[in-house]
Amino acid sequence: MATTSPLGIEIDQYKWGFHDPENLVFKARKGLDRDTVEMISHMKGEPDWMRAFRLHSFEHFQRRPMPKWGADLGQINFDEIYYYLKPSDGKGLTWEDVPADIKRTFDRLGIPEAEKKYLAGVGAQYESESVYHNLKEEWEKLGVIFLDTDSALKQYPDLFKEYFGTVVPPEDNKVAALNSAVWSGGSFVYVPEGVKVDIPMQAYFRINAEKSGQFERTLIICEPGSYVHYVEGCTAPTYTTDALHSAVVEIIVKEGARCRYTTIQNWSKNVYNLVTKRAVAYRDATMEWVDGNLGSKLTMKYPSVYMVEPGAKAEILSIAFAGAGQQQDPGGKVIHAAPHTQSSIVSKSISKDGGRAGYRGLVKVYAGAKGSKCAVRCDALILDEKSRSDTYPYMEIDEQDVSVTHEATVSKVSDEQLFYLMSRGIKADEAMNMIVRGFIEPIVKELPLEYAVELNRLIAMEMEGSVG
Amino acid sequence: MADLVIRDLQVQVEEKVILKGVSLEVSRGEIHAIMGPNGSGKSTLANVLMGNPFYQVTRGDVLYKGEDLLAMAPDERAKKGLFIAFQYPVSIPGVTMASFLRTAISARRGYTNELIPIGEFQKILKAKLDALKILDPAIVGRYVNEGFSGGEKKRAEILQMAILEPEIAIMDETDSGLDIDSVKVVADGILEMYRAAKGGMGVLVITHYSRILQFLKPTFVHIMYDGRIVVSGGPELAEELEQHGYEGIRAQFEVIAAEVQEEGAVRRAGKVFWVVH
Repeated sequence: MATTSPLGIEIDQYKWGFHDPENLVFKARKGLDRDTVEMISHMKGEPDWMRAFRLHSFEHFQRRPMPKWGADLGQINFDEIYYYLKPSDGKGLTWEDVPADIKRTFDRLGIPEAEKKYLAGVGAQYESESVYHNLKEEWEKLGVIFLDTDSALKQYPDLFKEYFGTVVPPEDNKVAALNSAVWSGGSFVYVPEGVKVDIPMQAYFRINAEKSGQFERTLIICEPGSYVHYVEGCTAPTYTTDALHSAVVEIIVKEGARCRYTTIQNWSKNVYNLVTKRAVAYRDATMEWVDGNLGSKLTMKYPSVYMVEPGAKAEILSIAFAGAGQQQDPGGKVIHAAPHTQSSIVSKSISKDGGRAGYRGLVKVYAGAKGSKCAVRCDALILDEKSRSDTYPYMEIDEQDVSVTHEATVSKVSDEQLFYLMSRGIKADEAMNMIVRGFIEPIVKELPLEYAVELNRLIAMEMEGSVG
Repeated sequence: MADLVIRDLQVQVEEKVILKGVSLEVSRGEIHAIMGPNGSGKSTLANVLMGNPFYQVTRGDVLYKGEDLLAMAPDERAKKGLFIAFQYPVSIPGVTMASFLRTAISARRGYTNELIPIGEFQKILKAKLDALKILDPAIVGRYVNEGFSGGEKKRAEILQMAILEPEIAIMDETDSGLDIDSVKVVADGILEMYRAAKGGMGVLVITHYSRILQFLKPTFVHIMYDGRIVVSGGPELAEELEQHGYEGIRAQFEVIAAEVQEEGAVRRAGKVFWVVH
């Protein structure tokens, strides 16, 4: 029976069981309805505007049809997903439940025990607490805010409200609407004017926050003249029993500021990874997305930059690796909405064992964006006959006075290259690895060192058995 | 037995027979030259010895230090000390020379699961670059053969050879496309390695021209024609070829053709004329 909570939310208190604050036993259930959205907002003790935002988003999610223009999303069953709390029968996920191949990968990457458990979703914390605390103190002195998104809403309500949902509105697309309705976790970063954060901020340093969830929401605000490099994810496989990961990232880069956002995604191979990432770059600001996609069953992700004032710059670097049963559909969008804006997109995709990897992107130049420049380069490397690469470069150019270039290559590893390396004593599989590493090198060299090293090792592992 | 023994080697690409029965022996400490016109099969021989999968061996065999060379993958051949300096080295984008050389030397020196320690590698690299003086050391930071000039590619092959310290090295038209000064520099580099090689190094030089041979002074010169070695001799054979061309050799051959057919091989004025099947 539905009743009204003190916050004015219609909920079935018995069903959710949170009438008893001493004994919070949640009988969370699968599927999504208005009650669940209300419950999430209530549980988090959110202000009314956020509850309204969630409900509005939920309505839009319900109305909005599944997108049909890209990969097949027909197998996602939204009714089979837990949107907030997982069923808690006292057991939870234990180390024994983690599949053997994931454990092996951890071992071979040389990941410390505690971190392994964290990555596998069975340990609560990653042992970098002391490192994090020192950094946090330094950042706080500079006025930098680095919090999980839920805490930021509580601690900085006005700042939060000013920017949240302004870059990616719930109406943007169906999965963004879903995220807006049920979001939880993610990072909130605020960099004050002129402050340059010289150490990359890494999501997994933020240990006191909840683990990266299914519907995380990240908001980064760079005040004029500031700089930050935010690093998300990690190269070790992220094991999850959830079939859907749908995040939203919003970034505001103000005049003369620069933001770089690096992601290495290696979800387990059952996950649909549908992420909306967008930045707005103001006068002379620079936004850089570095995006690596290795895992998941299907990834659709097109980091975008809206260049809305003169002199804004965008750079998008994307790597995708698709093995058996995987489809990587990454890319990027650059919107030139002001004169003298510059952008470049470099995409490198690798497919093997029947995998599909490619590039889907949009270059939009509005009339009046005079003197703007855009260069797109996408290279695909196909490692065997079974695999494929798809390239969908969309261009909408409504201004004459611009320079837009597009280059695309599709290549196979040549026998000549393999023979050349082997003639120097290098084994066939290592030769193949070297060629693949060389192919992605232009992007890998942009990664923080430890990520670059791990990424190379990981690709070497994915490449095993690729040469007879 | 010689280190490298080639017996009656027949090779084809798809349906086309390119080598029609080549026999040759090369040992450490020897310098051999194979000369011949374009299309005679010289480069094919070099590539087959290294194991290029593009070619099919249809007859004959090759022994390397008594083992069946043709049964080995190219990397095994390299590890056992065989080397080829390619005529057209391919580029490997994104892979630096340093990383490539370190991986290669690790394999040659028997490191199986790890690479040679970086310090040791750098010491070797510096020593080789200093000794050869044929390349700007900055080359090691560039991607393998990517954007190299023709001369740089050839010199980079020599650097690889110096680092891998082969026992038998095949130089496939290393002199072509080099100006005469570069030919001397490269030849000096090869000779330096030849003299310094512990246990000796055998060199098989494949060339159009005698000019590199003026510097290398091979002990044996072989002339290849239409997929066969037709004449073998000493260094004077190269000079003779330079003066009289292949036509001059052919004229001599025609005079004794019947005799060669009967005997299989006929020795005349320090040259051996081989039977043409």
